[in-house]
Amino acid sequence: MESKFTNDQVFDALKQQFGDAILSLENTTDNYLTVFVQPNEAHEMIQWLYNHAEFKVQFLTNITGIHYPDNEEGKELVLVYHLHSLQNNFRLRLKCYLSIDNPVIATITDIFSAANWLERETYDLFGIIFENHPNLKRILNEDSMDYHPMRKEYHLEDQTRQDKDNRFFGR
Amino acid sequence: MGKITAEGNFEAINYEGFQLTKLDTVIGVARSNSLWPLPFATSCCGIEYMASMAPNYDIARFGMERMSFSPRQADLLIVAGTISKKLAPVLKQVYEQMAEPKWVLCVGACASSGGIFDTYSVLQGIDRVIPVDVYVPGCPPRPEQIIDGIMNIQALVKHESLRRRYSPEYKELLDNYNIENDIDGK
Repeated sequence: MESKFTNDQVFDALKQQFGDAILSLENTTDNYLTVFVQPNEAHEMIQWLYNHAEFKVQFLTNITGIHYPDNEEGKELVLVYHLHSLQNNFRLRLKCYLSIDNPVIATITDIFSAANWLERETYDLFGIIFENHPNLKRILNEDSMDYHPMRKEYHLEDQTRQDKDNRFFGR
Repeated sequence: MGKITAEGNFEAINYEGFQLTKLDTVIGVARSNSLWPLPFATSCCGIEYMASMAPNYDIARFGMERMSFSPRQADLLIVAGTISKKLAPVLKQVYEQMAEPKWVLCVGACASSGGIFDTYSVLQGIDRVIPVDVYVPGCPPRPEQIIDGIMNIQALVKHESLRRRYSPEYKELLDNYNIENDIDGK
């Protein structure tokens, strides 16, 4: 089924409403509206999309993070919101650059209850702090873990394993 | 003099109407043919274990199963599947809740070594938290292999000295794993 809105329509409406808080439009091969936004405006933007009379972006598909260690300073982490308007069959991604030294953003648990566990997961794996989250603690890894494993400086593999020869296992 | 036989791998002297053997042997035979396993199954190895219990393989024929889903009445812990690091303390607690004597069968590559899950969140072999008696390789192992593994456990059970669990060596083993025990080791 065709979506009721085109990417351009939604992007223009966002641009008109939020102006400079919309940083850039990312070209994606999946025809999926992807917008970089200012992190301090993200909460308001999601609220606006939720309450919008026509867009009705009222479903949160996912929240996740990405770590780009080679990005310029202050942009090492990217937080991604996947949003979905079920009524209009329209999806969009909102992305925010965050600094690795102070990755703080407002929680959206007051808009979507589903964000609770997703934000805990993103905190667990990337160390992004969601301000005013009701229960921001690790969700997947053991509580005693002292780092955020999806950050690129940490090894994916368990470093205590003795039986693998690095030459053959690409470690 | 009666005839010395080795029926079912245990030595006995047979007279007409009665049989002489050691208490150790009798208890060993009794224990090994009535194992009460606690299946700790987390993934596909658990499915193979279920197949071993089902009519096609039916390990009950060999006295290998009277499933005990409480660790308190179990004497064999069968760990089948990937154990994440978060689950490790749970597994250890289950082991600690079991009464002596107890044995551990480790089914499949993941439980034995972490298997393909060479990653930060997965325990790289349950022998890092509890002592293991028999390992069954495979990913997952077929029911025949699991049966072979339990047969090896049965052999251990059958020939275990009644004094083993009070020995200093056994105490040292438990101490290595930081498992509480009240063995005086004398």
